[in-house]
Amino acid sequence: MGKALNPDYTPFHPKWYRRRIPIFWWLRKRAYVKFIARELTSPFAAYAALLLLIQVWALASGAVTYSRFMSLLARGPVILWHAFVLLCLLFHSITWLNLAPKALVLRLGKKRLPDWTVRVAHYAAWFAVSAFTAWILIGTG
Amino acid sequence: MARSNEPILWALFSAGGMLAALFLPVIVFLLWIAGPLGWVTPPSYVTLAALAHHPLTRLFLFGLAGLTFYHWAHRFRYTLYDGLQLYHLNQLIAVLTYGLATALTLAAGLLLAFGV
Repeated sequence: MGKALNPDYTPFHPKWYRRRIPIFWWLRKRAYVKFIARELTSPFAAYAALLLLIQVWALASGAVTYSRFMSLLARGPVILWHAFVLLCLLFHSITWLNLAPKALVLRLGKKRLPDWTVRVAHYAAWFAVSAFTAWILIGTG
Repeated sequence: MARSNEPILWALFSAGGMLAALFLPVIVFLLWIAGPLGWVTPPSYVTLAALAHHPLTRLFLFGLAGLTFYHWAHRFRYTLYDGLQLYHLNQLIAVLTYGLATALTLAAGLLLAFGV
């Protein structure tokens, strides 16, 4: 087989027309920026999960390693960084729970329950989970 | 037609997103902000070590961490795909994101099963 004369030719496939969109297309509107910000919360969630595992590993490595780990966490810049991480996670939680009525359609008989009931139920679950986790972590001594 | 993995990946993304939304803010706030700043009395080493050793805690941490990693993989994959218009790197991005999530989940499993 020789080379095709037209390098753009692909068998059984017309050449697509695609308008080129600049990389920073999402800076044009506030709603787009919010969308990208929401999508970018995921690395912070993964970071928190990873640090939690590292804390478990430090716990398992003995009291000395653990106290060194905790003194690292108590440094000013680290606390500031974690405050930023918390802001990102709160943004994730709020945007995620607000979308819950879109993903979950509840019916009572033939009537669809209004969106706000699903949203309120999710926020109540968030509150209950947070209270329970706080009680496990700091309430049991 | 080839069967798509998309529903499975979406389910992992969705479960991870929900667990992260419900559990992570309170954990980050108490363990890494309020505790170090002295706003609350942080749990002692003995208390936390006993908690981490409990089988239910380890099972929970495995679910929370693993699903959060897959949540990251799925969302970050599409952030790169849509945000940076990297359509031609679709396959490479998928391999890297889901691959990293799988590796981290396996590491979490090993740590929580044998290391604690």
